[in-house]
Amino acid sequence: MPKILRVLLWVAVSLLGAFSLATIALHRGEQINAMWLVVAAVSTYAVAYRFYSSFIAAKLLALDPRRATPAERLEDGRDFVPTNKWVVFGHHFAAIAGPGPLVGPVLAAQFGYLPGTLWIIAGAVLGGCVQDFVILLFSIRRDGKSLTEMAKSEIGPLGGFIAYLAVISIIVILLGAVALIVVNALKSSPWGTFTIAMTMPIAVLMGVYLRRIRPGKVLETSLLGFILVIAAIFGGQWVSQSSSWAAIFTLTAPTLAILIIIYGFAASALPVWLLLAPRDYLSTFVKLGTISLLALGIIALRPTLHMPPITRFADGTGPVFAGTIFPFAFITIACGAVSGFHSLISSGTTPKLIRHEPEARMVGYGGMLAESLVAIMAMIAASVLQPGVYFAVNSPAGIVGQAPEAASAVITNWGFDVTAAQMASLAHAVGEQTLFNRTGGAPAFAVGMAQIFSNTLGGQAVMAIWYHFAIMFEALFILTILDAGTRVGRFMLQDFFGHIWKPLGRTSWYPSILLTSAIIVNFWGYFLWQGVKDPLGGINSLWPLFGICNQLLATVALCVATTIVIKMGRARYVAVTLIPQCWLVAVTFTASYHKVLDSNPRIGFLSHARQLAAAGANGRLIFNDRLDAAVTSALVVMVAMILIESGIVWLRVLTGRTAAQVKEVPFVMTRLAAEEQA
Amino acid sequence: MMRKLRKLASVVVAILREIFDESAYQRFLARHSLASSVTAYASFLRESEQARARRPRCC
Repeated sequence: MPKILRVLLWVAVSLLGAFSLATIALHRGEQINAMWLVVAAVSTYAVAYRFYSSFIAAKLLALDPRRATPAERLEDGRDFVPTNKWVVFGHHFAAIAGPGPLVGPVLAAQFGYLPGTLWIIAGAVLGGCVQDFVILLFSIRRDGKSLTEMAKSEIGPLGGFIAYLAVISIIVILLGAVALIVVNALKSSPWGTFTIAMTMPIAVLMGVYLRRIRPGKVLETSLLGFILVIAAIFGGQWVSQSSSWAAIFTLTAPTLAILIIIYGFAASALPVWLLLAPRDYLSTFVKLGTISLLALGIIALRPTLHMPPITRFADGTGPVFAGTIFPFAFITIACGAVSGFHSLISSGTTPKLIRHEPEARMVGYGGMLAESLVAIMAMIAASVLQPGVYFAVNSPAGIVGQAPEAASAVITNWGFDVTAAQMASLAHAVGEQTLFNRTGGAPAFAVGMAQIFSNTLGGQAVMAIWYHFAIMFEALFILTILDAGTRVGRFMLQDFFGHIWKPLGRTSWYPSILLTSAIIVNFWGYFLWQGVKDPLGGINSLWPLFGICNQLLATVALCVATTIVIKMGRARYVAVTLIPQCWLVAVTFTASYHKVLDSNPRIGFLSHARQLAAAGANGRLIFNDRLDAAVTSALVVMVAMILIESGIVWLRVLTGRTAAQVKEVPFVMTRLAAEEQA
Repeated sequence: MMRKLRKLASVVVAILREIFDESAYQRFLARHSLASSVTAYASFLRESEQARARRPRCC
């Protein structure tokens, strides 16, 4: 294409993006079409990818196509495999995309669609994509080292230890928070509970089929599993309509929590091939298919957003979670904008597959853009709901009351019209007994998704099927994370205990497996139990705690990146990683301060504990608040220590007191380019 | 046009085969000069168990 045409094309894309952003930001008092959000996001992503990521690639990282990657140098056909860039992209995206970009935007929609949408777009292009890209490249240049290993070698042993603790903490709190989402989605829902319960024997059946009948035919087995899951959704409808079966599968939140805790322990201790691997395959299969379907549904339907751009809850009095837009919108939406957890994937499997250094740009930066688009779709799914319905589903009983009439009156008083009859009719349409107080984000997302799907395909008659398909999709995602997360946490504990007593470090020694699985499950199980027993629904405490943890991990990752950039002698470009790092420090430290010390009992853990104590509440509830405050404080202190330690390293390098020496593996000329040309 | 579509389809299939570990199994068979069988798949699972179990899945 001639240069002038290319310039004109990019000017047009930029103008389209600017116009769409202005439309979603400046419209007040009238509803807009969801496509404005899609166009604003896609145009911004295109411009950011074309210009910002290539600037980072050329100036900051100096990607070198002649430099052999570990996939080439250490190729073993097992862990290190030079792989086509599109294949690595798909692999990386499947690993980073989970329920986070779906749930976070749904919860943040209580502020209106505007704050969350702007944060998703800006946070991704300036923060999340940068983090994923630079960490991926730095790991490639260190033979695929993990984030904690890079923190240890580039910052110091303390940095490495703190990164290790941050990773363990985020895993524990993440698992507690996401398990609570499943509990809230399945409580008193025989249809949903039956469908999810059936995924367990289906996974075991898949495992046996794959191992004994059709070895290696994973796609075929996943398709078979998917057909069985769809059959389970239809079976769930029958179960919900049968009084005897419905009674068996109608479970309370504490019962579901206990079952999920037992499941987590079993999944961690059982052989990988029997439960974990087939569930992972099934979940990935459903995830990729459903995300594609949702994108097609939004494009086909082009729905109108009923949620206003900004709601009255920007003042911090929101029923979904308390707190003002800054900092709480920015920690509620982590995945989809900036997620520290991605740095574990970018320094895990992905760097061992990249064939040429320049491909890290598409995989790292581009993969995160794709996840950000998923978050935009979740924001759309939440915002197509009538605001009254959104708040009825997402508000806990502790705020709006349990009786439908009373809850409807409270929400209508806020200025969002909803009636008990309207909610009863909606609950009937989706095959549930009630949709009031279904906190956690998953049910609201499922209702929005069911509306989009049923209006595109099948009409109102199949809305219940689509709703339970969406619930199954989210719960399947989350249970897979519980399996995988518990097992990863177990391995990390075994690595650590192995330094104390060698047999405990043996990952195949059953006493060690049982002990470490029990420890990890107890940790996240405690947070889950705490959420289940919380009169405010639990999400109010756990999701911000998870957001803080996740963003603190991103702070650590960007801190490692900034240290390496300075040591590389590229301090003039350090703003690329330093600015998002400073932003995350501001967000997480402010949020932590509020969560620990705010005088509003709906925000501050300690003031809530005092309020409970004054009311003579159960001592366990008071202890839980104090525990949350202690965990938040400990994380902030740890990250502050890593910031101080790396700040000292930066000063020493910049003032010439320490030689700027990065711990990269030496340059080796690639042979792949020549081989590919030949 | 058809050629481009065929190429796109082959890339999608390659992505799916990598994500679902079918390519990894084929590489295992090639590395050990084995034909696909219940025993070979069991050995592949044993060899890849550690890496698979340590693979984090994001939120």
